[in-house]
Amino acid sequence: MKLTEKELLEKFYFQMVLIRTFEERVQHLFLTEKMPGTIHSSIGQEAVAVGVINCLRSDDYLCGSHRGHGQYIIKGGAPREVMAELFGKTTGCSMGMGGSVHLSNAANNYLPGVGVVGAQIAIADGVGLSIQMRNTNQIVVSIFGDGATNTGYFHEAINLAAIWDLPVIFICENNFYAVSMPIKKTMRVGSIAERAKSYGIEGHIIDGNDVVEVWKMTQSCVEKARAGKGPTLLELQTYRHKGHSRFDPATYRPKNELESWLKKDPIPRLKKDLISKGYKKESDLDLLIKKAEKIVDEAVEFARSSPNPNPSNCQNFVFG
Amino acid sequence: MRILTFAEAIREAISQEMAKDERIFIMGEDVGIFGGPFKVTKGLIDKFGEKRVRDTPICENSLFGAAVGAAMTGMRPIVEVHYADFLACAMDAMVNEAAKMHLTSGGQFSVPMVIRAPTGSTNRGATHGQSLEAWFMHTPGLKVACPSTPYDAKGLMISAIRDNNPVLFFEHRYLYGTRSPGGKFNSEWDKKESLNTNVPEKSYSVPFGNAEIKRDGSDITVVATMLMVHKALEAADILMQSGVSIEVIDPRTLVPLDKEKIIESVKKTNRLVVASEDHLTCGIASEIIAIVCEEAFDYLDCQPQRISAKDIPIPFSPGSEDYVIPGVSDIVNMVGQMVGKKDE
Repeated sequence: MKLTEKELLEKFYFQMVLIRTFEERVQHLFLTEKMPGTIHSSIGQEAVAVGVINCLRSDDYLCGSHRGHGQYIIKGGAPREVMAELFGKTTGCSMGMGGSVHLSNAANNYLPGVGVVGAQIAIADGVGLSIQMRNTNQIVVSIFGDGATNTGYFHEAINLAAIWDLPVIFICENNFYAVSMPIKKTMRVGSIAERAKSYGIEGHIIDGNDVVEVWKMTQSCVEKARAGKGPTLLELQTYRHKGHSRFDPATYRPKNELESWLKKDPIPRLKKDLISKGYKKESDLDLLIKKAEKIVDEAVEFARSSPNPNPSNCQNFVFG
Repeated sequence: MRILTFAEAIREAISQEMAKDERIFIMGEDVGIFGGPFKVTKGLIDKFGEKRVRDTPICENSLFGAAVGAAMTGMRPIVEVHYADFLACAMDAMVNEAAKMHLTSGGQFSVPMVIRAPTGSTNRGATHGQSLEAWFMHTPGLKVACPSTPYDAKGLMISAIRDNNPVLFFEHRYLYGTRSPGGKFNSEWDKKESLNTNVPEKSYSVPFGNAEIKRDGSDITVVATMLMVHKALEAADILMQSGVSIEVIDPRTLVPLDKEKIIESVKKTNRLVVASEDHLTCGIASEIIAIVCEEAFDYLDCQPQRISAKDIPIPFSPGSEDYVIPGVSDIVNMVGQMVGKKDE
């Protein structure tokens, strides 16, 4: 069923708000030491997950990154399953065995998140090859950060996808920093998208904070991949409002840089659009925020009240 | 007797399984028309086509990463490297991805893939002659097969392909045999009787975790892998002349390891040597001896001993390589010293 523009924008808005609410709550739970482990927040980057993943069929595959809470939810996973995973509970999407970095959901073809930057680029190739060999007309999206684009995986695997015309879309979520290292210090070429040329495939730079633009561009790549015309590299420029992980205050970034990106925050931008186009009133949008908060409240409650795994049960997962 | 070379036996296993199961395919450098560096995959491209016998660029890490992706989504890839040494280039894909997916996904995803790795020191120098099996024994989530005969190679390969987990399949290059196309080494090992095993044409599997006693004996247990099995058998012949009886056990898979059979043998012979071609420190022998000490210490009449490659990068010059890699005489000498010893 095709959604009207109004319905689509409303859906995007709600999904972005849901990710933000979820991530903010998680951040709070971590900083108040109510949750174990570490996390990588996607606050500020919500338009990427929402714009990209809304182009996929439910049987299409996603190879996500370590910053994957939002990606998991938009691919069809319940927020409570992620929350429970972050608490290490049996009800978590990976039964508490994976944690924040290794979210996975076989029912939604959300492949296990990888902990090593760049691996998801090669894994996506294999998924693309599997699709091609099984002839199922699915596609696969690989989402990775700018830091991954200097790994061997990036160069080897994009080349491999190119020579085999694999149905893969490479989404580089460029937030301009690989932990603390600014991207401009890590490459001589002007953009990540430009690198596509050297593999003989298309590459484009998109405003990754404009959810509609992300959605439109990804859609054309999806059509192309599904038609057997091979992979595309999209560089979606965005910004993480928080540090790389749990306790990182991100002091390596110039102060005015964050301020200028806050003005490009994808959520207020879409909100402005929805109001100016007369699709929604501010009070309606506030209701959506309340709805997201309720879902997240419920997720936390679910996670907290879920049982911990029997510690020795992990031994049953070594071999399949 | 139906005699196949080691390489032919592996090829037959792969071919029979591929004919039965469309999900199986081969990926690697020069696996197609070239038939692989040791001609193990020779002719398979004619049978199964270039989509299922897929030549790739030189990119081991991404290639193995791609195999992980294919394996998690319904395919059963067999990937290979020219030399086991090049597994070092693909460590992330194997150790951090293939080995971990089943656990990190809470059992939702399996990675049924076979990694073929020609191994052993065959006078090709430091980066084309290491035996790295122990690296993978040290990584939970990976299985490790190390056949010593054509019969075992075929049966273990069939088990490896049917396994739902990543399997490292090590093939010692001296075992391939001169009768393998491209196995151009005219080595002394080609004439080994112990390599002339009957290989039934009919499909059969050798289960993992099932060691085999390659020779019955009563005075000492020699656990040996791959080429070392044949060196141990030769040593057994020599020692027999002086009345010493060696029991030679081939674990056939290192993960899972058939501890029971090894311990049972030690309980009978009361002495243990482990002979393998990997480096001494933290090696196969170290692990097997540790297990026996933990579980059957009271049965040992003397200190168990390791016969492994010296902790030196494999040098090229043939005499130097022989210095590093243990030979038949090392086994004969070690066993000779040990059989005289009694736990008083």
